[in-house]
Amino acid sequence: MTATISRIQKRNTLISVLIILPSVILIGIFIYGFIGNTLYTSLTDWGKSAGLALNPEKHFIGLGNYKDLFTGFIHSRFRQDIINTVFYSLFLLAGTLILGLFLAILLDRSVKYEGVFRTIFLYPMSLSFIVTGTIWRWLLSPNGGINLIPTAFGLPKSNFLWISSRASILNFNWQNLPTILFIPLGLLTLFLAVSNIRKKRKGRGIIYGLLTLYFLLYITVLKDIFPPILPFKEKHGLNLATLGIIMAGIWQYSGYTMALYLAGLRGLSESMKEAARLDGANEFQYYWKIAIPNVKPITLSAVIILAHISLKLFDLIYALAGADNINTGHPAINMYLTTFRANQFASGAAMAVILFILAALFIIPYMVHSHRERKY
Amino acid sequence: MKPHNLKKLTFYLFLILLAGIYLVPMYMAFITSLKEPSEINLLTSWSFPSKLNFKSYSSAFLLLKTDVFNSLILAFSATILSSFIGSINGYVFSKNKFRGSEIIFTLLLFGMFIPYQIILIPLFQVLKAIGLYGSLGGLVVAHVIYGIPIVTLLFRNFYDQIPGSIMESGRLDGAGYFGLYSRLILPLSIPGFVVVGIWQFTQIWNEFLWGITLTKPSSNPITVGLSQLAGGQAVSWNIPMAGAFLAALPVLLIYIFLGKYFIKGLLSGSVKE
Repeated sequence: MTATISRIQKRNTLISVLIILPSVILIGIFIYGFIGNTLYTSLTDWGKSAGLALNPEKHFIGLGNYKDLFTGFIHSRFRQDIINTVFYSLFLLAGTLILGLFLAILLDRSVKYEGVFRTIFLYPMSLSFIVTGTIWRWLLSPNGGINLIPTAFGLPKSNFLWISSRASILNFNWQNLPTILFIPLGLLTLFLAVSNIRKKRKGRGIIYGLLTLYFLLYITVLKDIFPPILPFKEKHGLNLATLGIIMAGIWQYSGYTMALYLAGLRGLSESMKEAARLDGANEFQYYWKIAIPNVKPITLSAVIILAHISLKLFDLIYALAGADNINTGHPAINMYLTTFRANQFASGAAMAVILFILAALFIIPYMVHSHRERKY
Repeated sequence: MKPHNLKKLTFYLFLILLAGIYLVPMYMAFITSLKEPSEINLLTSWSFPSKLNFKSYSSAFLLLKTDVFNSLILAFSATILSSFIGSINGYVFSKNKFRGSEIIFTLLLFGMFIPYQIILIPLFQVLKAIGLYGSLGGLVVAHVIYGIPIVTLLFRNFYDQIPGSIMESGRLDGAGYFGLYSRLILPLSIPGFVVVGIWQFTQIWNEFLWGITLTKPSSNPITVGLSQLAGGQAVSWNIPMAGAFLAALPVLLIYIFLGKYFIKGLLSGSVKE
């Protein structure tokens, strides 16, 4: 009896493997194989002059393409694109999380016609970025749309150039980038060192302490000894033209975070709310002290998904500002232009890899975390 | 008025104001699409058209006709194909786990989160090499393959909710591997197919990156067509706005009438049920 069962089980396992085998092979080639291929391409010169050939003779050149992107004169746009991505991500995250949570809290009571309101807040999510971009392009035109709103209150119309503004704030010299990064990093490692030593974890404490020391040393002494990371001064900052894109993005995705948070808030038990009320907590205290900490897992998934979306802003920027708009640039747009318009496949591959690494920073920890959760 | 009611009134007024703000882009697109080109003026962009002009819609449709049909063929065929792949994969990963299946599942899911730029160059080359570059077929292939992770995840989550006891009783009735699938699981899968179908259809309908890099003008999907409609310099804005409505229409209809399933697809994978 047990022998037959185990034979059936073996047979079933074999069928299972055969069923998923095509998917596994396809994903193996089209995801993992292709990632490897792009990675390799980024380390070659893609046949230089024969760049248009389908199978050019590639020469391995190591990290040359990456070095060009970060230190080459012509790739100043790419460096600004990276800075833009940081701001796109930060603002999109902050905007959608705060607004989404706010909307969810508003609807998390017996609101009449709740369904109607929910539908209205969420419908932008169903649209494509191209539709959103097309419509917002009209809304953000310099002499109409949004800029006319002040006139409704008797004020003069706004003259802000939403998409084409060349102004930027928070400017810094790219040569100072390590210093700018190392100050917050140093404070973080200092904090970690102190808290680890306090918790009697000496080993970790010492490692963080050494890191802090290195950052301090760099900021004070080493930065003048090492050659500058860029041979010339180069100004970068927060381009004001990106604000229109961010606004459209928040309009499109705040309903999504609202839906996530609303599901989470509804999932909290009624008794929790009741207990808080009996303890004399008012509504604000309930949300601040009880509800928000309890929907932390939702905040985590929302952060992952939105960080991921902000790396995919390609469509929105393309439709709203155009691919050639240098002020609203994004590595994904630059990769498209470099690869498919300028036919510099190797350089484009290097940009794709950088974009991929930025995404992987968020995704891999998340995948490991959810894999563990599924397992146990 | 009682203070309580006043508070309630302010609350609802505030909510209505917010809803109004969310509707502004749609309102602007709608009124602009109904204006005569001569009436379109940035200074009066907020005001209602003096005379309704429905011709923008027929002109936009005429310009986007091929793209709309391309997208319909693409979205329907890729959605149907990937739904069946998702269903059978989900059946394995939910009801027929074996040693190592969890790690394979996780490795499959990884493909869902990558920025597609990282696979774009080899995909472009491979499609070119097998003669599918520039055609709708190439796009279908891309959507089916890169859809595998999400459809597998959605179906697995769906099948996880089918209790094991049903499977057990089916087994006692003598149903084998595929008998269980076709007689027990498939008939219960209709809501799963609806969720996955809606999800894939809207994703594929809205997709742009592959549309612009992997197709020729004759096989452009609607998103590419729309972006070209609005991209020109001296555009008369009623046409792109009408085009935006045409491009949004299928997904908006799905969202309004099948919103429940749309939200289900949206939430699964991010919220544990």
